[in-house]
Amino acid sequence: MSSPFLKLENVCKYFQASRGFFSKGSVIRAVDNITLAIEAREVIALVGESGCGKTTLGKLVCGLLKPTRGKILYKGEDLWSLKRDKFMEFRRNVQIVHQDPYSCLNPARTVFQSLAAPLYRWKLVKSRDECLEEVLRLLELAGLTPPEEFVYRYPHQLSGGERQRISVVRALSVRPKFIVADEAVSAIDASLRVELMDLLLNLRRKFGIGYLFITHDLAVARYFAGKAEGKIAVMYLGSIVELGPSEEIVKNPLHPYTKALIAAVPVPDPEKMRKSPPLPLKSLEIPSPTRPLKGCKFHDRCPFAVELCSEKAPELRDVGGGHYVACHLVDKS
Amino acid sequence: MPRGIARVIDNVDLNVHAEEVLGVVGESGAGKTMLASAIMRVVPPPGRVSGKVIFESDKLGRIDILSLEEDKLRKVYWSEISMVFQGALNAFNPTLRIRDHFTETAAAHGWSDRDEVLEKACKLLELVHLEPERVLNSYPHELSGGMRQRALIALSLLLDPKLLILDEPTSSLDMITQRVIVDLLRDIHEKLRTTMMFVTHDIALIAGLVDRIAVMYAFKVIEIAPTDALFKNPLHPYTHGLLRAIPSLVGELEAIKPIPGRHPDPVNPPPGCRFHPRCPIARDVCTEVEPPLIEAKPGHWVACHYWHELG
Repeated sequence: MSSPFLKLENVCKYFQASRGFFSKGSVIRAVDNITLAIEAREVIALVGESGCGKTTLGKLVCGLLKPTRGKILYKGEDLWSLKRDKFMEFRRNVQIVHQDPYSCLNPARTVFQSLAAPLYRWKLVKSRDECLEEVLRLLELAGLTPPEEFVYRYPHQLSGGERQRISVVRALSVRPKFIVADEAVSAIDASLRVELMDLLLNLRRKFGIGYLFITHDLAVARYFAGKAEGKIAVMYLGSIVELGPSEEIVKNPLHPYTKALIAAVPVPDPEKMRKSPPLPLKSLEIPSPTRPLKGCKFHDRCPFAVELCSEKAPELRDVGGGHYVACHLVDKS
Repeated sequence: MPRGIARVIDNVDLNVHAEEVLGVVGESGAGKTMLASAIMRVVPPPGRVSGKVIFESDKLGRIDILSLEEDKLRKVYWSEISMVFQGALNAFNPTLRIRDHFTETAAAHGWSDRDEVLEKACKLLELVHLEPERVLNSYPHELSGGMRQRALIALSLLLDPKLLILDEPTSSLDMITQRVIVDLLRDIHEKLRTTMMFVTHDIALIAGLVDRIAVMYAFKVIEIAPTDALFKNPLHPYTHGLLRAIPSLVGELEAIKPIPGRHPDPVNPPPGCRFHPRCPIARDVCTEVEPPLIEAKPGHWVACHYWHELG
């Protein structure tokens, strides 16, 4: 059996919270013991609230952060003990699109300069003419037409959506196998959001790229993963609490947190929204990630929690059909 | 170099009825925040507002906010019209505790009995599901984004305003917190009957809260209708497209379609109907004649030459 494209084995990433004026420094468990296999060309939508560690996980996956504990395997080999040329191959194969379209482009560089840099870096073009041709092709691919009109613009002359498109094709320009898209469509208007997701999905069909698609919006995750026969992973305070095929997660959620998230997604139907019951949550506040908590991390917000939940942390278990859930109560129901 | 005048709200006529909840929906750059700012007369320079904003004040009678003297305006703010902006961190003074925000706001309007003010504050904080003792003694940075936004809503209700203007009060918050705030506003409206104007880009979020929705596109209101009518039978092709463009947890994925094209530039909007370059049913007349906002059906207003094709 061949090893998966990327595998996370009990990966942890802890940060030391800065010692504030009033508080003692404490440890933030941004990513806490995550095991996840990502096959080549696979699409996984990672969903969670802000502060749950989803961006940190994305950065770990593309090698921008080194895990505190655990291993990341790239084609079966430990990423952080790879030889230099193999690590370089990984760097090229796994790219990231950052969340903020306003800060991810250098304001002093034109679109051409921003897009040309990675092409030269990986020696994908030999001359300036060839480079210009490739940049124009990329802009066309991003739907920024006519490309001649965009190529010498500075970031401030572009709209948020246009910038986001540029950062998408920049990640794509080095022909990667896998892209971590961190809230790549969140800052974009509704009418454009679907268009940009369709662009990413088209590129997947064309070039066989896999995605880790990070979002806080479950409906967006369903659209993206659903159109690519992908999975949804739900993250809560550093752990994956549920993972499975996207429609299965949406139609048959098992974890109480996933259920609460689903209940919070608005439906474009006034009657249903007026009649919607209160969210199935005991507490509305997200607990601080620095607070050490025994047992299941969700137990103090969970309306179904029993004694066991506050004592023992549940493990992510297979419940059949590629559906995994970390909850003590699932077996019993 | 100036490129010309950007008309970021252009000839908008809009009525907000007493005790109703009106939603104003539009994409970024459609002019919806400018509309809210114009009503409160807080348009940043070099912006200029012309026209009239008529408000039925209890203290001053019928007034035009845009031409009112500063000192009178100050009396109306907070006590009769309150506003909750996006990004509640900026709305609070970081060096003052939440309790001081309540007492100072009250004192500025001549209400100096601190105990009475704090008692009212406690009631309001409970209304927004916060623990009054803890929150009152906190500094703004000690609260999470969702808690701050809820504390700000409580503060905005301190002087029993008649009208509450909410400008994207939930953007940049998580799904669960967004939903909590919208449910909360629904409760508040049921209990206090405060008139509200809720400005947002997320039309589905407010579906269960608002009585009517005004849709803005390219700095104009292009459709106003009771909420149910707007969702069931939108008459403007833009509204129709917008409703189809929202990813949802129900329904077919294939039915979700983007609106092709781009939002126009405020300096140089297209002639005729501003939506015509993106409109699937546009014809020659749409490129030349701007459609007026007309009452197509009782209470349902639309600015489109061919609305009957959708109706």
